[in-house]
Amino acid sequence: MLWPQAAAPESAAMAQALALTTGLLLLTAVLQLWRRSLSGSTSLLAIQGAALAGLVITVAIAEGAPELFAVALLVLALKAAIIPMLLHRTALKTGGTLETSHRVHPTAGLLWAALLTTVAFLAARPLVSASPGPLTKVAPVGLALVLLGFLVLLTRHQAVSQLVGFVILDNGIATVAFLTSGGVPLIVEIGVMIDVLFVVVILRVLASQMRSVFGATDLDDLTELRD
Amino acid sequence: MTTLLLLVLLGPAGLAAVSLPFRRAAWTRWTPVAAAVVVLGSGVALVAGAHDAAVTALGGLLRADSLAAYLVCVVGAVALTATWGGIRPRATPDGWFSTLLCSFLATMVLALVADNLGVMWVALEATTITTAFLVGYGGGKRSLEAAWKYVVLGSVGVAIALLGIVLLYAATSAAGHPTLSWVELRTMGSVLDPDLTRLGVALAALGFATKAGLAPMHSWLPDAHSQAPSPVSALMSGVLLAVAFAGILRVKAISDAVLGESMMRGLLIAAGLLSLLVAALLLLTQRDYKRMLAYSSIEHMGIIAIGGAIGGPLAIGAVLLHILGHGLAKATLFVVAGRMLAFTGTSRIDDVSGLLGRAPKLAVPFLMGSAALLGFPPFGLFFSELAIIVAGWQAGLTWVVTAMVALLLLVFAGLGRHILAMTLTRHRGGEALLTDGYAGLLAAAGEVAEGAEAGKGAEPGKGALRRGKGAGGGEGAGLERGAGGGAGRLERVPRQ
Repeated sequence: MLWPQAAAPESAAMAQALALTTGLLLLTAVLQLWRRSLSGSTSLLAIQGAALAGLVITVAIAEGAPELFAVALLVLALKAAIIPMLLHRTALKTGGTLETSHRVHPTAGLLWAALLTTVAFLAARPLVSASPGPLTKVAPVGLALVLLGFLVLLTRHQAVSQLVGFVILDNGIATVAFLTSGGVPLIVEIGVMIDVLFVVVILRVLASQMRSVFGATDLDDLTELRD
Repeated sequence: MTTLLLLVLLGPAGLAAVSLPFRRAAWTRWTPVAAAVVVLGSGVALVAGAHDAAVTALGGLLRADSLAAYLVCVVGAVALTATWGGIRPRATPDGWFSTLLCSFLATMVLALVADNLGVMWVALEATTITTAFLVGYGGGKRSLEAAWKYVVLGSVGVAIALLGIVLLYAATSAAGHPTLSWVELRTMGSVLDPDLTRLGVALAALGFATKAGLAPMHSWLPDAHSQAPSPVSALMSGVLLAVAFAGILRVKAISDAVLGESMMRGLLIAAGLLSLLVAALLLLTQRDYKRMLAYSSIEHMGIIAIGGAIGGPLAIGAVLLHILGHGLAKATLFVVAGRMLAFTGTSRIDDVSGLLGRAPKLAVPFLMGSAALLGFPPFGLFFSELAIIVAGWQAGLTWVVTAMVALLLLVFAGLGRHILAMTLTRHRGGEALLTDGYAGLLAAAGEVAEGAEAGKGAEPGKGALRRGKGAGGGEGAGLERGAGGGAGRLERVPRQ
């Protein structure tokens, strides 16, 4: 039971909203390992962004923090619309529509995901025990997202897939922040979002330059610089 | 004083904005220099102002204590070296180049004076953003590869630090007083949950170590620093690493107050010795002189990390001196390396020889800078390295200091061999370069630069470019993009 101590009638709905949004966050990250198509990958990212916005709204109601509604709107605009759309257009423009990586077989990827999620829940024990509560109890999902983002970054070869990995990683950090402390201070939150948007834009520009110079956006082609 | 703190931040930011509409050469060449002067001037004044009590602004969000004020001075001094020396001899940079360079300075200053771990993180990530296009300025395959690796590895590494900061914030929330101000975090002490703080501190230190170029998170550094145009390499190697290290020092202050000194000491010693080892091994076998300088930065960050681990007034004073000495020496060397690249047309160590006889105006400053970098007296790095070694002995870290000295000897051998081979040997086979088609291009590049310097603008440059194309038979268009564009293309000159 995720919401044990509250007795109000809306608590059950709150617990369900919390379970739904965090579950969706984790599911969309795990499915990334299984999908090969880049446009499918960016759609999953958009769903994940929407789930994150839903999580922020849930936290806003649970904590009674009205300013979080504005943050939720920002998250929705940036992570569910703008960034996935930018990535989708990059995927179309650079011509790489399929992730051809064979470093990790999809089934093995799912096993890795299970393993990493377990690790995240074990590593997050100090996080949960520091302030036990219904919100921090699900905070390990954020850590799992961070680890899954790393897995995507390490195993994917296409420029766009690496960007997807980076955004999953960032979503994970945001999830931890919202669940443990109702989000970092607003000025930091906005700064972080602007930074992430800029990184995505820069990598998008670099990816299209790579397309015109290398003829592809397969990162295995990056072998000029070494010792 | 509060005004000064705002000036040091808004000055470079304002000059960045000015460089966009005023794109004339007379403006864009001097805005980065002016930004450096503003930072240096206000930094010196801040040092005086922050002597008794820290200067604060914006309700405590910005706070310049003596450490921050000193490092702002270092940023200004190194930036002045890099921009004044680095930009002049080449073709005039375009507006974007100057804008990005000025914003880069502003973000570094913000990272130093922010009394909020979150804002500091945002500023450090913003340094990656402002330098990304500067690294990829050359536009060639190699520059593009370096820029991609730099942005991906840099952002992902620094994201780890954000996770650490979020966990620290969770620890303060659990203690009932949510804050990200490192001054307040330091005073909270035992109120914070130790396990959560340990996790947060370790992740934050690991993330900032990526930006500080400490092994094992250093892999992006040699690529980015060797491919960027020389004023940018000079700034990234000379001060950006130190600014990131200041972040580690802030985290260390929190960690020491909450968890005791042993935790960060262990982490920093491990990272420092590993950085020295990696740098020593790769310096011995290095083939490219810009990469050689980049690996030397990893080595010096290793020394600084060990100094930070030792702690205490002597070691910290030495670390601060080391940061200044290394920043100035490295900035000078990168600027000279940029001119050497323009002169010889190659960044391979094997292809450069007898420089002292051929181009004493390049070789003498190169040798002087190298002597400073290798720690010869009377240069500052001699005294700072000596002080770190003595402080280490006093703190009882004998084996750490011994290992450091042994690795420094290896570094000395590697660097010394390459530098002597480039400068003091007899000149061999270089004439072939001058008859080579690209040498015509190089001569043209020189003319473009001279033309620009004489204030004639782009017209003579175009003429020289046409002649360059006639002689070299291709790839000349890069010259139009100015400093970095020229460098990026010239490095890929096919050898004949």
